[in-house]
Amino acid sequence: MDTAKAVSPTLEAAASIEAIKVEDLHKSFGTLEVLKGVSLTANKGDVVAIIGGSGSGKSTMLRCINFLETPSSGKITIGGELVEMHTDGSPSNRRQIERIRTRLAMVFQQFNLWTHRTLLENVIEVPVHVLKVPKAEAIARAHELLKRVGLGDKADTYPAYLSGGQQQRAAIARALAVDPSVMLFDEPTSALDPELVGEVLTVIRDLAAEGRTMLLVTHEMKFAREVANHVVYLFEGRIEEQGPPAEVFGNPKSERLKQFLSSVT
Amino acid sequence: MAQSAELLSLSPPGWGGNLLRGLSHSLQIAFGAYALGLVIGLFGAYGKLYGGKVTRDLLAIYTTVIRAVPELVLILILYYVGSDIINKISTAMGGGRVEINGVAAGIWVLGIVQGAYATEILRGAIQAVPPGQIEAAKSYGMPALMTMRRVTIPAMMSFAVPGLANLWLIATKDTALLAVVGFNELTLETRQAASSTRAYFTFFLAAGFLYLMVTLCSGGIFARIEKWARRGQPSLKGGSR
Ligand SMILES: Nc1ncnc2c1ncn2[C@@H]1O[C@H](COP(=O)(O)OP(=O)(O)O)[C@@H](O)[C@H]1O
Ligand SMILES: [Mg+2]
Repeated sequence: MDTAKAVSPTLEAAASIEAIKVEDLHKSFGTLEVLKGVSLTANKGDVVAIIGGSGSGKSTMLRCINFLETPSSGKITIGGELVEMHTDGSPSNRRQIERIRTRLAMVFQQFNLWTHRTLLENVIEVPVHVLKVPKAEAIARAHELLKRVGLGDKADTYPAYLSGGQQQRAAIARALAVDPSVMLFDEPTSALDPELVGEVLTVIRDLAAEGRTMLLVTHEMKFAREVANHVVYLFEGRIEEQGPPAEVFGNPKSERLKQFLSSVT
Repeated sequence: MAQSAELLSLSPPGWGGNLLRGLSHSLQIAFGAYALGLVIGLFGAYGKLYGGKVTRDLLAIYTTVIRAVPELVLILILYYVGSDIINKISTAMGGGRVEINGVAAGIWVLGIVQGAYATEILRGAIQAVPPGQIEAAKSYGMPALMTMRRVTIPAMMSFAVPGLANLWLIATKDTALLAVVGFNELTLETRQAASSTRAYFTFFLAAGFLYLMVTLCSGGIFARIEKWARRGQPSLKGGSR
């Protein structure tokens, strides 16, 4: 990042440090407007925590970023590359979307591991078949990643035989296998029994410490405060307040955020 | 007893060879029709789930009609209409009457019938795949066809195999219906042997035995396929984990 700092903040430099830029994102399901103009920038190395009540549009925003949902309007730029959209917000270039998606790794609340494949097979699936990495290389790397998330001895186990915490750690290994430029976490610990939350947070904390860029939707406020360098509070499809964690958590300005924080802690 | 053995002997004057040839024709047709049915079924299922309105309507007509009309009637219709059309085309192009190949005709006719059932089995199985698994593939940039091949089809297999096993057994037995259009599969060969020798009991018992063997072998094979398709799913019986 030294180079980026040295250069005066021209547009070009901005593009080279911007990992994700969302501008005026709208999304409606039928007549229900879920996102009402959200703008958000994450620079490389940023950990952006997204908090907000249930139904405030957190998942929808994350899903719009890799086009699992089709935005109704807005602009999305990933790593300096503007995603081509039709005027109705649908992606107009399927190949571009597929290429961009391989740089964004999503970790789901429900893990969504492929149940007919072992952990190792889950982790090598995308590198081998989508990214065309030689299989031997992908396998070696997958073993490393599984070891890293504490599942080195489970490579040949099927997901159904593992606890939720183990499955989520495997899902994180699968995400890391594509060497993503941004990781998108959608409430990665919400489906877990309380005693399993810690092991998953430890892995995510590790990734944050090594400078991974991530957007993290979470209900773990303590954790968000600790790992994030930027916090976004979403209320009914709008960003109600955002800023450094110390500000957002320590000195909230909006009444709604104050209420929200007191209700979750 | 000795007389029966003589009648069933593989070389003439025994009729055993004829029965086995009939069995082989039956299996060829069943196999071909089953494969054709699976291909039709896969396209049919995807068409019903993701196709446009016209595609869905046409498929609904196809599966409804085929499953409503008795198979024997369908076979008569498809066989005679099919050979009529082929002959019309052939004459129009200046050729003579075409000799319809029995095996090919049987495969087409039964395959179209099987396709309707396979469409419904596979549609249900695809819908039973947890959507999150397909979404995960999509979110990692997997193109649609690769997602189908690498995720949807393997994941739906465990839901589809029991129904598909039934469909295979129906295929083997439906071949007997082709006797009505004069095709020399096992049932027709048996009838000919029986009426030539008047040993009805012996021959139909032998044919029944052959059909039973096919069913038993198929059962064994499908049990293995099902075990493979269910890999990764803890068994209900074992329930300890
Ligand atoms: N596919 C969908 N169809 C219709 N409504 C949806 C769909 N997905 C989400 N919604 C609605 O959008 C709103 C926001 O949902 P979501 O983004 O999942 O909220 P959050 O993740 O913040 O809890 C909710 O009211 C939800 O019911
Ligand atoms: Mg959500």
